[in-house]
Amino acid sequence: MNVAVRKAATQVDAGALKQRAAQLRGKIIDMSHAAQAAHLASSLSCADVLTAAYWHVLNINPEQPKDPLRDRFILSKGHAAAALYAVLAMKGYFPIAELETYCQDGGRLAEHPPANLLPGVEAATGSLGHGLPLGLGMALSGRIKGEAFRVFALLSDGENNEGSVWEAAMFGAAQKLENVCVIIDYNKWQATARSNETLMLAPLREKWAAFGWDAHEIDGHDVGALAEAMQNIPNGSGKPVALIAHTVKGKGVSFMEDDNNWHYRAPTAEEVVKSHKELGLT
Amino acid sequence: MRNAFADELTKLGDQDSRIVMLSGDIGNRLFDKFKAKHPARFFNCGVAEANMMGVAAGMAMNGLRPVAYTITPFVTTRCLEQIRTDVCYHEAPVTIVAVGAGLAYSGLGPTHHACEDISFLRSIPNMVVIAPGDAFEVRAALQASMKQDRPVYIRMGKKGEPVVHKGPIADFAIGKAITITEGKDVCLLSTGNMLPEVIEAAHKLGEKGISAQVVSFHTVKPLDEAYLKQAFGKFKLVATIEEHSLIGGFGAAVSEWLSDSKTPNQNFIRFGTPDAFFKKSGEQEYAREMLGLSAHQIADKIILALH
Repeated sequence: MNVAVRKAATQVDAGALKQRAAQLRGKIIDMSHAAQAAHLASSLSCADVLTAAYWHVLNINPEQPKDPLRDRFILSKGHAAAALYAVLAMKGYFPIAELETYCQDGGRLAEHPPANLLPGVEAATGSLGHGLPLGLGMALSGRIKGEAFRVFALLSDGENNEGSVWEAAMFGAAQKLENVCVIIDYNKWQATARSNETLMLAPLREKWAAFGWDAHEIDGHDVGALAEAMQNIPNGSGKPVALIAHTVKGKGVSFMEDDNNWHYRAPTAEEVVKSHKELGLT
Repeated sequence: MRNAFADELTKLGDQDSRIVMLSGDIGNRLFDKFKAKHPARFFNCGVAEANMMGVAAGMAMNGLRPVAYTITPFVTTRCLEQIRTDVCYHEAPVTIVAVGAGLAYSGLGPTHHACEDISFLRSIPNMVVIAPGDAFEVRAALQASMKQDRPVYIRMGKKGEPVVHKGPIADFAIGKAITITEGKDVCLLSTGNMLPEVIEAAHKLGEKGISAQVVSFHTVKPLDEAYLKQAFGKFKLVATIEEHSLIGGFGAAVSEWLSDSKTPNQNFIRFGTPDAFFKKSGEQEYAREMLGLSAHQIADKIILALH
């Protein structure tokens, strides 16, 4: 595939995407168990966004991870690294077997995505509030060089606490960066508390709209709707787009859903089996 | 220095279409020529330095050569994490240019002073730290930084400082100190905008029969270790002079080198700002006098140390 040619909007196969999302969740749970690593629930809540992006929307070629014309996807909520690693391995950026090295000594898959180390990782994130400014710089470099790629940045809701997010929001709007799309994984929890009881995010869509973005609320687990909304960037509004994706932290596994203990907890072997059963993977 | 920077940037921008200028809402009219010639490559990023630095890193990661510019504390400590994580961790070739370093903007008060920036920035991996001694060194440093494939920090004074070099510096190299005047007794290693003051101190020493070598040690990181080795071997006294805190600055870097290289350091003294905010109003000359950094004070202390 020549990535220089913009992929035309194509029919979304929601059924296939759903199946892919379930497989992705299974991988993430396996990795969390093997490494006993944190941030499982945060990874599960954005699994559908990543599925829609990587299996339908993004104009990418894993064999040419540095193609200057590729769409950029920045996991600004870098603590969901396990989800990104699983996606990149499933897409063929590196062998699936390498997922077993997640958080292991000497590996490339640290708890947050590294810089200039792993193919497909566009930016090293983990400190919140960095991904969007980086993405805006990438989008402007595309404008300057005449490269019409798009930039997608996935932010957590807690990440909206960071002032740099709002600096970037105002800058992106002033620059009319209509090829930029922010997706906010609005799972209503941050690390240790309810998001809106920590810093008042609500009304979040209206905030982004007031900051000059074409802002929409969307079901963050409706892979079909996510794929439709993201593939239409730029959408003709002349503004950067913000998708406020309503999600459930720990989505896909009944005993993890909306239970913030799973921000830090890792599953036992027994819980892994139960999770896979619920996801229809066994 | 800042006018030389804007002029040189415009010239470089004419030749190199990768160069992009990012300003933190500063430099009123300073970049008019650049803006007129390259409107698509000039961005006033507003008073939002964290975002500006992240944007610069994103551009650099995609093949451009952004220059991020504003007053020293705002383009260093205000957005230090963006410099560390976005720029340096990604090895993004961003050139950070700071105006008003040290006490150049003394009159504006401690919010605008910058006597800690070298300390912070030189401790970050992948970063180059340059403090040019005059307008020609600013031009040369900017040219050299555009040829680098890595982050560079250029720490400038303000405008109207005495020009030391007679013209463009043909053999300027990052990490290579420049001997301004040869001397026999004492070696004065100056970094940044202290250079004219140090030259005056050398004159005062000359009047007392002391022959001083004056060096523009424009690059603090990487250190010109060969120059240090030669200087500490040859001179009765070596001094570092900077408009920066004694903690973590140029003199501290030389101290670290002395210790690590097991070089005897009995003949070493450091001039810099104390571990305190300078709260009084007054211009740079007054501040230097109060902090023991004016030419006659430097000369007096050198004489004392020699005897």
